[in-house]
Amino acid sequence: MARRFLRRLIQAAAVMVLAALVSFLLFNYIGDPVSNMVGERASAEDRTALRDRLGLNDSFVVQFARFTANAVQGDFGMSYRLQRPVTELLAERLPATIELVLASALFAVVLGVSLGIFTAIRRDSWLSRVILAVSLVGVSLPTFVIGIGLIYLFAVTLGWLPSFGRGDVVQLGWWSTGLLTASGLKALILPAVTLGLFQMTFILRLVRAEMLEVLGADFIRTARAMGLSDTTVNFKYAFKNASLPVITIVGLKLGELIAFSIITETVFQWPGMGLLFIQAVSFADVPIMAAYLFMVAFVFVAINLVVDVLYVVLDPRLREAKA
Amino acid sequence: MQRLFLLCAVLFLAAPASAENVLRWASQGDAFTMDPHAQNEGQTHTFSLQVEEQLVARKPDLTKTPALAVSWTLVNPTTWEFKLRPNVKFHDGRPFTSDDVVFSFKRALLPTSDMRDIIGMISDVVAVDPLTVRIITKGPDPILLDEVANIFIMSRGWAKEHGVEVPHESGKESYAVRHKNGTGPFKLELREPDVRSVMVKNPDWWGLKDQPHNVDRIIYTPIKNPATRVAALLSGELDFVLDPPVQDLARIESSGTFTVQKTASPWTIFLGMNAGGQELASSSVKGKNPFADIRVRKAVNMAIDRKGIAQRIMRGLAEPAGNLVPPGVYGYDASLDVPMAFDAEGAKKLMAEAGYPNGFDLRLDCPNDRYLNDEQVCQAIVGMLARVGVKATLDPKPRTLHFPKVQNKKTDFYLFGWGTDTTDAHNHLAFLGLPTSVWNATGYSDPPLFDMINAMATEVDKAKRDTLIRDATIRLRDAHSYAPLYHPMLAWATRKNLTLPVAPDSFPRFSYARFK
Repeated sequence: MARRFLRRLIQAAAVMVLAALVSFLLFNYIGDPVSNMVGERASAEDRTALRDRLGLNDSFVVQFARFTANAVQGDFGMSYRLQRPVTELLAERLPATIELVLASALFAVVLGVSLGIFTAIRRDSWLSRVILAVSLVGVSLPTFVIGIGLIYLFAVTLGWLPSFGRGDVVQLGWWSTGLLTASGLKALILPAVTLGLFQMTFILRLVRAEMLEVLGADFIRTARAMGLSDTTVNFKYAFKNASLPVITIVGLKLGELIAFSIITETVFQWPGMGLLFIQAVSFADVPIMAAYLFMVAFVFVAINLVVDVLYVVLDPRLREAKA
Repeated sequence: MQRLFLLCAVLFLAAPASAENVLRWASQGDAFTMDPHAQNEGQTHTFSLQVEEQLVARKPDLTKTPALAVSWTLVNPTTWEFKLRPNVKFHDGRPFTSDDVVFSFKRALLPTSDMRDIIGMISDVVAVDPLTVRIITKGPDPILLDEVANIFIMSRGWAKEHGVEVPHESGKESYAVRHKNGTGPFKLELREPDVRSVMVKNPDWWGLKDQPHNVDRIIYTPIKNPATRVAALLSGELDFVLDPPVQDLARIESSGTFTVQKTASPWTIFLGMNAGGQELASSSVKGKNPFADIRVRKAVNMAIDRKGIAQRIMRGLAEPAGNLVPPGVYGYDASLDVPMAFDAEGAKKLMAEAGYPNGFDLRLDCPNDRYLNDEQVCQAIVGMLARVGVKATLDPKPRTLHFPKVQNKKTDFYLFGWGTDTTDAHNHLAFLGLPTSVWNATGYSDPPLFDMINAMATEVDKAKRDTLIRDATIRLRDAHSYAPLYHPMLAWATRKNLTLPVAPDSFPRFSYARFK
């Protein structure tokens, strides 16, 4: 068990180094950051001097070695655009992204599971058909269009919710939260729905399919034959059995939410890490891009590692096969 | 449950009533830094313009007006003397003196300053007494005042206290990245880069008695996505948008609550042609350079339907151009700016005369994130040129890739734009005409033209200088090394209860704003 875990850990570290290398290779194609960092009037000598100061004239190997050595110590350098330490910028933006991702995950799970159960139990009702039809829209429309559509409906036409930003935030130590103010909560609704809609419809369909399968199983027929109430059969037996694969998938989807938040954050000017990343891309702000990609890779590797370990813990067959 | 819902609804909908005049505005991107000398960039200057001041400022119509200097005289051809405004205080309470002026100019001339190229003619700045400074130039400089109007004055004491005597020290965050201390109409109250910045009225500003504005607070939020920016304006969350997307202007105007102000901007968008190379690297024509022949360059100029571009692609937000010097700068002459007539047949004839009856191929380099609709304009040009036989392959790239091509002269044919920072024609002519400029990839050589441009930099006789500008403008235009396309216009969207004079340089000056 310990050896297995150690091996997975080494694999994870290798994946991280590979991710850093690939993202670093990509930075050779995004162009010259110096052309954004100085005004268009700056002379050629000034540009060269700045390139020297930034170490951009060093060879690829030297630059990559320097980056990895610093990154291991948690130092990602200074942002070219904002002239501030990248680690500090990411720490400032992290709460906004985490709150958005958690809110949309909550929305996706609660609504997805309940609608999934409903459409499975009442599979022939007209309401179920409407829900399924609408959920198709959620799956097929791009996040960008959904976001702008919601903004025009709820902000421009109805005037109920703000169209951009995070509202007022409260500082709890280094964590800034929008969950404690009315304007912060209002501002969270549209981005969270936009980001969570795809996952919600995905969970809905998954829960429905699993439920339908379980509802057709023999033990459910037996339960009904024994005269148990509909509620007991549906929730105590059917849903409990259908929920196992759902839990696994939802865990993995959390990582996707962080990755998808880039688009949602751009549409709503949500001051999270995704927006920071997008702005870094158009500026060729390599330190921020490198740190962000490094971090996203870390999140995915960490989630996969945890899921792998959990599998072993939960499934006795895997444990015995190895012993 | 119902009561809880009601409570929530009340909490959500209750907006705090305020008697303050708050101006909420947005544009695409945020300032890079609060340091007034570290970046020569639009939004960075917009912040400086509200908080800090120059010796000589510009009004929204770009005419010069005394600011921290009350008067100035030319002592001798290379020495200017400025009398400073008395009893002016910085926002932190420090008094403003000639020492701060000397400090600020020397700071702006340091190697890490991004403003040093603009004031490169200055060799020294000395304090004569607490309210008099002298600026000494390397040679006679007829546009010194225009250059000085770009330099913002900081307090030496404040800079020393916070260790920001040098702009842009790399390796750590400088205090000046998020803090500002000026003498201007607004104080910087809050700075959260990319999120929100708040400025408040400076009640002690010297200019208030002549220019009594009624803006108490300014809240700036960058909103990157154009559709969101327009939505935020229409939903009433903003009072002013600096850069509304062209396709939404009609909609904003028709809403009835907003005004769209348009004005010409001192910019020219143009094509550059590699006239000086031995051959064109991107063309299959080898051993000779088609662009070395003036007839080919002229044919390219004639093949472009500028009216079509201005109306259909720029949706009217552009004036067809006939030369590189844009309206609004000193030395502009409308009679020299008549666009070349669109004549595809004539162009074909010229191509045949030059020995290219079947045309030739090459690559057109184009930015796709620098100028309004830049890539679409290039696409249209590719189509227009195809009709006269010039088969251009479009290579649209972000500015981080496009600019180095021009700087390193790794392009045969490129779209580019130039705006002014001195409001003098010399700026356009020198940066685009001289072979030493980083931004001239045409390789076009004409020593008499270079002499004219260099002479106007130091010529103090107005009549002689005017002639030099006029002659150089004509000479560069008729060389056809460039194909001027259009002068872009800019559009600002403001709420109807707010008047904010539109400025051709696209910098809002909020001390001129009024709420009704």
